[in-house]
Amino acid sequence: MKRLKDIASGIYIGLIGVLLYAPILVLIVLSFNNSRSRVVWGGFTLDWYSKLFSNNQIKEALLTTVILALASAVIAVLIGVPGAIGIHALRKRPYKVMMGLTNIPMLNADIVTGIALMLWFVHFIPLGFGSVLLAHITFNIPYVILSVMPRVQQMNIATYEASRDLGAGPVYSFFKIMLPELVPGILSGFFMAFTMSMDDFVITYFTKGAGVNTLSTMIYGQIRKGIKPEMYALSTLIFLVVSAILIIVNALSDRRKTPKKNIEERI
Amino acid sequence: MNETEARSTNRRSLLSGPYLVWIIGFTVLPLIVIFRFALSDGAGHATLSNITAIFSPIHRKAMWFSLKIAIGCTVFCILLSYPMVMAMKHLGLSKKGFSLFIIILPMWMNFILRILALQMILSNNGILNLFLTKLGFEPLRIANTETAVMIGAVYDYLPYMMLPIYTAIMEINEDVIEAAKDLGAGSFTVFRKIILPLSLPGLLSGTVMVFVPSMTSFVISNLLGGGKLQLIGNVIEQEFMTGNRYVGSGLSVALMIFVLISMAFTMRHNTEGKESVVW
Repeated sequence: MKRLKDIASGIYIGLIGVLLYAPILVLIVLSFNNSRSRVVWGGFTLDWYSKLFSNNQIKEALLTTVILALASAVIAVLIGVPGAIGIHALRKRPYKVMMGLTNIPMLNADIVTGIALMLWFVHFIPLGFGSVLLAHITFNIPYVILSVMPRVQQMNIATYEASRDLGAGPVYSFFKIMLPELVPGILSGFFMAFTMSMDDFVITYFTKGAGVNTLSTMIYGQIRKGIKPEMYALSTLIFLVVSAILIIVNALSDRRKTPKKNIEERI
Repeated sequence: MNETEARSTNRRSLLSGPYLVWIIGFTVLPLIVIFRFALSDGAGHATLSNITAIFSPIHRKAMWFSLKIAIGCTVFCILLSYPMVMAMKHLGLSKKGFSLFIIILPMWMNFILRILALQMILSNNGILNLFLTKLGFEPLRIANTETAVMIGAVYDYLPYMMLPIYTAIMEINEDVIEAAKDLGAGSFTVFRKIILPLSLPGLLSGTVMVFVPSMTSFVISNLLGGGKLQLIGNVIEQEFMTGNRYVGSGLSVALMIFVLISMAFTMRHNTEGKESVVW
């Protein structure tokens, strides 16, 4: 019975895996295809990879995407973490209002957020990198707040008060007492924000104006004329880099977990 | 609460000041602007016709199709996610971090490229039909149909449902499950009475992350629907691209009202302080 369940589980995971990874496999295969056509196999080539490294347009879009993701995630953390601590200290009614407002960008459709921001931005700044950055920070802050808030709620504020009573300044106490407890929440909020920014298409599309391109908007613009095969090469490289990062992070966290677990078992 | 404590609480709340400014500047004011466009006819007169335009026959059709895709996609994602997470749990993959890895990795690949690849797989002389004819089956004609859009939406949003459900189920205390088994509960009873209720917060946050985007995304329907099948997102985008900001804003506001009402309905059960985060 147990054996049967093992096999069924394995098969099911395999099937979902095929669904999730078949399109990615297609992209990888296309990156080695010696033909511009998407349907004909023209033999193996590494041409697209060498073309990729000399394509300044793609490099620029990649750089824009990464800088945008990093900057918006960092700024979202800088505003969101104090924000979460501050909201937590509010009385019940303002607390509810703030959390309700925080949920708006999460619940609203991307297209509505994007259009509202675009209609607002045109009043005071030209659409370009700056407006896209402001837009990304706006939809990133809620992810940071929602990741940090549970940590703030679990935090024992008495330790902070105690350190203050013992003469530590507010800044010193914040860095020594509060921050260490919030770090896991801050990290997950940061990664969430980074991912969401990298992945965004709709909001960028409406707030970017002419001239600026992230990878998503660039790819969307190429659909009519046909995707440049360099893009497949780039996505294959991204796939490899992200896999490597995830494997390393996994291995590291496994190693950190194991000794702790041994101690727990011994106890 | 004594006086010093109250004062320090108050001072701490000042930390949310910059965030408050940000919310007003980039969430509240943009919404006011879009409402102003939505309620104007372009010649300076107030009107509701932009918002009620959502009920015109052509928009009603798009709205209906959007609802079909959103509900279908959410239900399929839930039905596919639970067995997946349970299978991972059963095989003990969850402890190795491996399962999280296979869920997250696709989210990092550009979704437009992935949808294009899916288009190649599903097209009439695509990879799927190549396999089917090799195996002696009839080729499927699903390119540019509602089915293709549905498959695309499920494919794209599945990780966003699996991740919160995964997190919720892995947080369930193993002892509770053991206790239920000791008391004679079968696997199905354990699932229905323990795992399902305790994973509800994950299910809800997954629903929030899948329902709205699948309803409004215009890229998936553009690529997999052959340009003929329109979601409400396609309609709004076209209104803006053809320069009709007023109707576009009106439809956006109507969509927003609809989404907020349906989400308020869902979130009512999600009690305070239990914000389930995706990871």
